[in-house]
Amino acid sequence: MRWFRGTDEAQAKPVIKSSGHQRISRRSTGFGEFTRTLASYTDLAVLDLGPTSSANISYLTQYGGRVYNEDILRAAREALAVSGLKQGESTENLDPQKFFAENLDHPEHRFDAILCWDIPDYLHEALVKPMVERISMVLKPGGVLLAFFHTKDAGPDSPYCRYHIAQGDVLELEPVPGFRLQRIFNNRHIENLFKEFSSLKFFLARDNIREVLAVR
Amino acid sequence: MWKSRPDDKPATENLSPQPTPATNPNPVSAVKETRVAEPPRRNEVLRAEVGHIGKSVMIKGELSGSEDLYFDGEAEGSVDLHEHTLTVGPNGRIRATIVAREIIVHGKVEGNVRASEKVELKKSCMLTGDISTQRIVIEDGAFFKGAIDIQKDSRPELRKAATMSSSGITALVASSPQGSFLEDK
Repeated sequence: MRWFRGTDEAQAKPVIKSSGHQRISRRSTGFGEFTRTLASYTDLAVLDLGPTSSANISYLTQYGGRVYNEDILRAAREALAVSGLKQGESTENLDPQKFFAENLDHPEHRFDAILCWDIPDYLHEALVKPMVERISMVLKPGGVLLAFFHTKDAGPDSPYCRYHIAQGDVLELEPVPGFRLQRIFNNRHIENLFKEFSSLKFFLARDNIREVLAVR
Repeated sequence: MWKSRPDDKPATENLSPQPTPATNPNPVSAVKETRVAEPPRRNEVLRAEVGHIGKSVMIKGELSGSEDLYFDGEAEGSVDLHEHTLTVGPNGRIRATIVAREIIVHGKVEGNVRASEKVELKKSCMLTGDISTQRIVIEDGAFFKGAIDIQKDSRPELRKAATMSSSGITALVASSPQGSFLEDK
């Protein structure tokens, strides 16, 4: 696993500093597979871990179920701010137990599907493993999870993007300032991360994103 | 021919519909007549009927009413406006269950929100709780944590179709006269 942890304040600034209204369309095979599995559910419960997007809510509620939204990265940033830390500094004062007592606090096996997007790449190190453990707890057996991982050393300036669902397998990416890539997971790390899951399917996209569809 | 004259009214004042017949030989008097008969504008009526609670007010318990309300204070308990609109101002802090026809949130809300028509989350909004509504508008930057339940009983055929095929969803929404249930900002 490679780390991108600069301490320089200038390095921490993302490349894109605009208000983030430019969107880039990309086709996602992994998301296409994800939506195909959703069609088989009734009373679907989906957890979206990205920033709130009305496009996503619109799309997912067409399946007749409920959408739960929890912006885990923003919550982590606020928790870090409260504890007086900055991303990339010591994690000693960050208590994952305390964080997950207030976040991702759902009953066991509540969700049929979870959209994790590329949050593990940007999340604070201390929270990554506990988050995946919590996800595997709240996801129903047979439920699906979609996650994206960067495959290329794009460096610390690789922007965090907000994902909007455009169509069946088309996503729109909107860069969001304030977060930066923390690490690169390789296949082995991803398999270890999702060891509680029954199957993993990898899709390597042309834009150096590894899409992972995990079945609980 | 189309030059404006100094005594012309500003363009914004002519926005309200004025059904002047095209064949009328004296259009000026016709306009005057319509203005006399014109009912009060909807916005003016609404403004007059909106209650206002300022930021220094704190309410604990049940808040209910039968008029639209702009709330910029603090509330704890429950808020029930039935068929009216609640606007939570930027200084508004509500820890309560909210029921209204339309709910617009600029400030902070902790509690479940139920709107019979529409919920609007403005960019400064922080909402923690479950939302139940027919339509929802979320501005970029709004923080929301909870579940969203879109009430769409009035269109059961779309719901049924959506569960049948994922590929057909976009086409159905696009061909629907109302478009999406949600409004993107």
